[in-house]
Amino acid sequence: MSEQIKVPTMAEYMAQGKQPEILFWVGCAGSFDDRAKKITKAFVKILNKANIDFAVLGTEESCTGDPAKRAGNEFLFQMQAMGNIEVLNGYEVKKIVTACPHCFNTIKNEYPGLGGNYEIMHHTQFLKSLMEEGRLKVEGGKFKGKRITFHDPCYLGRANGEYEAPRELLQKLEVELVEMKRCKTRGLCCGAGGAQMFKEPEAGKKDINVERTEEALETAPKIIAAACPFCNTMMTDGVKAKHAEDNVQVLDIAEMIANAEDL
Amino acid sequence: MQYIPNILFCIALAAGIGYFTLNIRKIIRNIKLGQKVDASDNISQRWSNVFRIALGQSKMVVRPIPGLLHIIVYLGFIIINIEVLEIIIDGIFGTHRIFSSLGGFYGFLIASFEILALLVFVSVVLFWLRRNVLKLQRFWKPEMKGWPKNDGNFILYFEMVLMALFLLMNATDLHFQEMNNGNIISKHIAGFFNGTPESTQHIIERTAWWLHILGILVFLNYLYFSKHLHIILAFPNVYLGKVVPKGKFKNLDSVTAEVKMMMDPNVDPFAAPAEGATEAPAKFGASDVMDLNQIQLLNAYTCTECGRCTSECPANITGKKLSPRKIMMDTRDRLEEVGKNINKNGEFKPDGKQLLDDYITREELWACTTCNACVEACPVSIDPLSIIMDMRQYLVMEQSAAPMELNGAMTNIENNGAPWPYNQMDRLNWKDEN
Repeated sequence: MSEQIKVPTMAEYMAQGKQPEILFWVGCAGSFDDRAKKITKAFVKILNKANIDFAVLGTEESCTGDPAKRAGNEFLFQMQAMGNIEVLNGYEVKKIVTACPHCFNTIKNEYPGLGGNYEIMHHTQFLKSLMEEGRLKVEGGKFKGKRITFHDPCYLGRANGEYEAPRELLQKLEVELVEMKRCKTRGLCCGAGGAQMFKEPEAGKKDINVERTEEALETAPKIIAAACPFCNTMMTDGVKAKHAEDNVQVLDIAEMIANAEDL
Repeated sequence: MQYIPNILFCIALAAGIGYFTLNIRKIIRNIKLGQKVDASDNISQRWSNVFRIALGQSKMVVRPIPGLLHIIVYLGFIIINIEVLEIIIDGIFGTHRIFSSLGGFYGFLIASFEILALLVFVSVVLFWLRRNVLKLQRFWKPEMKGWPKNDGNFILYFEMVLMALFLLMNATDLHFQEMNNGNIISKHIAGFFNGTPESTQHIIERTAWWLHILGILVFLNYLYFSKHLHIILAFPNVYLGKVVPKGKFKNLDSVTAEVKMMMDPNVDPFAAPAEGATEAPAKFGASDVMDLNQIQLLNAYTCTECGRCTSECPANITGKKLSPRKIMMDTRDRLEEVGKNINKNGEFKPDGKQLLDDYITREELWACTTCNACVEACPVSIDPLSIIMDMRQYLVMEQSAAPMELNGAMTNIENNGAPWPYNQMDRLNWKDEN
């Protein structure tokens, strides 16, 4: 690592009597999962590079409750949600950015009804806005001309209608974007949603992530771009199951942007 | 004596419409067994959906071939019904082609009916071939055996016969053929009857006329017993469809009240409930159709079993038991069973059965990834996912019957704020790791 990353917490900001421009909601995967932590760090490096005034909740952050809700445990979901909302409202948080579409969806759609009203953006939307405001330069670099396919996360795409922000970032990276047969509104799930990430799949003839990875590999990509830590894990496992890991990488768009800049 | 046909016609019409009304009232009663739901929001969005999705068929054309064929049949259905108006007036008053005095405009109307009738006939034959010869996968899933399969074909036969009768009736109508006004298709069929005596042609014309209108009345009454109700229910169903982002699942208010109380340090846990306080609902989630809401039950009657949801479902694609279409079919079957129980007993007498387990298995419910592909795919805004979620809520909150690994994840969330067993105090450790 070239230099230490700067990750201030809300508590530190509060102690100085300041408010950051955004709260970066890291999420459980981004905090604990070894693969997803790399995405978190890549995103932080971009924020540092662009001099974005941000903070994290750190140890005050807790699961949004998405997997509990989708598993049917509304009690646990609302307990998590109200706990988080209390912390967020306590810090008077206005704007949140997260690299996890599940956290994004939950905070955007399900927190307002419980008293949590924030402007929330997925990190691809936020990076796109930085780019448009001229605060972040995204250039092709090492990805220029590379054949890349993008896997739509269900909770960013179908659930919230955002198909373009990740694709626009990929275009800025000057990649050769090839779409899978099932993409955008008809994109196939990676198999992790609805709390499936935390259980074994039901009996069937194939795992969903393998089906999706096969479809991605049909486009003969160098990289499968993802925008969700869970999709990332599922697709990475799929690529391994197809013994394609020597030729195909699964990368989050934030990682690609950070890598392009050699951050 | 000369009024006998008119009287018979009026009796047939009254019986046909009467029995249909009776069954529609049963449907309304059954839907009202569900929980009330407020749909007074987003009115302009709802109307726009009706125009775009229901009238405009915007979701149908996502798959261009069946989409186009369906638009032909749909337009045919709506436009040819103007002709049925004439048939009804003729039937009641004993007139013959009462609108023919409209002259050139009548010719234009009849010509469009005839062209549409032919197009509908061809489209329906193509639909039949897709089902029975090409054997498109979605029409051959396990839930499509027996009645659902036959139902699909019966509807196509009905439409073929009705269209054929309409053209035959026009072709053998000598007076109409002499007018030579709008008989654009039927004049070619009329050629086949050149050698047939006029009296025979008249009998064929009358028979076709009667079979056509009786066929329409029978078809109308067939709707209730068939998946074909969507021709009516699609419109209210689309109006009442989800108008918030697909990812937004409803928060249970009853749970909110309890959680708020739990988190409030000032609450006296031993206090008696306040006077007039609304009681907590008898149960969380859904194990039977009465626990679902009225829109979900309308969804079930609206489903025409096209299977687009199932063919987009990641669980189904990879061989799991879950089929969103089956969720809707099961819901309707169970609701009909409950309805028959009420018909028989005056009110619902517990029959030892429920939607969960007797119709929809836990294995199906737990296979869902909540990806919303089924909701997106439905051309008439049905939401199978909401039923799956309500039933999961019942399993977890009423029965503590989540799969074991999920219980582990939920315990972790409860204890340390993450689905994995990591300490919340380690949440920022990534910052200093390499």
